[in-house]
Amino acid sequence: MSDATHAPSRHPMDPRTAYPQVFAVPALQRLRNRVMVVAIAGALAFALWWTGFFDLERLVTGSSKLGWLLQFMFPPAHNGWLGEFSLALAETLAMAFFGTLLAFVIAVPVGFLGAKNVIPNWLFHFSLRRTLDGIRGVDTLIWALIFVNVVGLGPFAGILAIAVADVGVLSKLFAEAIENVDRRQIEGVRATGAGRVQTMRFGILPQVLPVILSNTLYFFESNTRSATILGVVGAGGIGQQLSDRIRVNNWDEVMFIVLMILATVYVIDIVSRQLRVRIIGRQDTRP
Amino acid sequence: MTSMTDGADEAVSRFEATRVAAERVRRRQTLVFGGLFALAFAASVHVGEVRPDRLVEGIGGLFNYIDRTLPKATGDGLIADAREWYWGLGRWLLMLFDTVVIAFLATTIGAAIGFALCFAASRNLVRNGLIVFASRRLLEIARAVPELVYALIFVFAFGIGPLAGVLAIAIHTIGALGKLFSEVNENIDTKPIEGIRAVGGNWFQVVRYGVVPQVLPNFVSYSLLRFEINVRSAAIIGFVGAGGIGQELYLVIRQFIYADISALVILIVLTVSAIDLVCERLRHRLIGQESLR
Repeated sequence: MSDATHAPSRHPMDPRTAYPQVFAVPALQRLRNRVMVVAIAGALAFALWWTGFFDLERLVTGSSKLGWLLQFMFPPAHNGWLGEFSLALAETLAMAFFGTLLAFVIAVPVGFLGAKNVIPNWLFHFSLRRTLDGIRGVDTLIWALIFVNVVGLGPFAGILAIAVADVGVLSKLFAEAIENVDRRQIEGVRATGAGRVQTMRFGILPQVLPVILSNTLYFFESNTRSATILGVVGAGGIGQQLSDRIRVNNWDEVMFIVLMILATVYVIDIVSRQLRVRIIGRQDTRP
Repeated sequence: MTSMTDGADEAVSRFEATRVAAERVRRRQTLVFGGLFALAFAASVHVGEVRPDRLVEGIGGLFNYIDRTLPKATGDGLIADAREWYWGLGRWLLMLFDTVVIAFLATTIGAAIGFALCFAASRNLVRNGLIVFASRRLLEIARAVPELVYALIFVFAFGIGPLAGVLAIAIHTIGALGKLFSEVNENIDTKPIEGIRAVGGNWFQVVRYGVVPQVLPNFVSYSLLRFEINVRSAAIIGFVGAGGIGQELYLVIRQFIYADISALVILIVLTVSAIDLVCERLRHRLIGQESLR
């Protein structure tokens, strides 16, 4: 909307008519805005060209191929593989469950060690936090690929991948929760003559336990989702079946597996949300 | 006096009964949840092929593995060692650039389409429940299927390369951002909307002048956050052949080229952290501007 279209409808006493220079966008600002728009448009065009979106022939063949395989996806069918699919899905759930549990068991002590108010040593705190940052920087799928090399193909590699990747995140979250506890409760416990461990048990733990448990449940939900794809690199679960079916062109089975995954994730989300509400005693606002 | 003691006794016994009942409920809950947990634990141990010796082997094996990926000092000096370690730096930087371009394009496409769909998925802007329901389910489907699954399908259709990666991440981004955008829409101040409606604005004008100015800073902030997430996804989407540095990482891990593994992982982590830092500053500036207004 330019000023010209607005001008006639404006009241004569409107300050914008009386003092146009006050309300005008400064020339430098206008120039900067225009440069920004051109730069973004240029970057977009370059990115489209760079990734091959201007290759019309490829787009057309790809789209027709996509339409063709979408046709083959319906109706979804398991073709007698329902047992195998269910077992693979159970494997996925087991990976998410045990992986999260393992991460929880490791992350609770690490979280305590990484909290500034538990161990006030600057160097220790810094190096532990940076190590956790490093672990967190590597994606679960990369960990899965690495663990396939270490322990071989199968769900166990997936469990270890989920556990290691989650230790990085959960430890940080736990440490932050512990750093934010109410000091008065700790002082009260300490005043009764409690030692270091007793202070942690009765001063800190009751305050942070709901946060820790609800975060862990949240990660179980999210791990169920990531566990579905770990099989693509050979780390067990339904992802293995899925990538196999894509490789051999059984698109009705692909669709069936995708629907099974969606249903499972949906159910786990609902159950876990209920548990979270029970634990923290109110509706969690997290998406 | 006696009646008062009676009353107190009665209160005490009533309290006692309530306490016993509450304890019984609590004990039963603990038992049920404990039993369910034990069941899930046993099942996951069995299905996941977990054994204590394998746990030890796995964790020990990881340290061994990391140790092997670290570069060895050859005695030719630090610079020569570093050059040896990062022998493919030029090629890898190009792949990293590829990765960032994929994330940028996917975020832009996803944000644009998510923007177009989010208003139809906001309950306070659309009266027709069917339209809201349909657009919400559409966003849900886009979001619920993992990116890697989309990538597998698109690689099959469009061939190996970044095109498939962009499409896969873009679809997921549409779902994720569309949902967040519609939630922002639902939490806006209704007064500007009523104002535009009162002067006779149609639905598009209400959205353009009543909604968009309120939500745009939030939209940009969410898109930047999504860009950070998408850089991470773009780095691994190459595992299935959808472009970016993941393709190279997959190759070197599969072929046990140990020194390259650590070199690539460090490059990826550095890039991701650098982009996180830049995006965080941009987001804080946006939020700062918003609070000044």
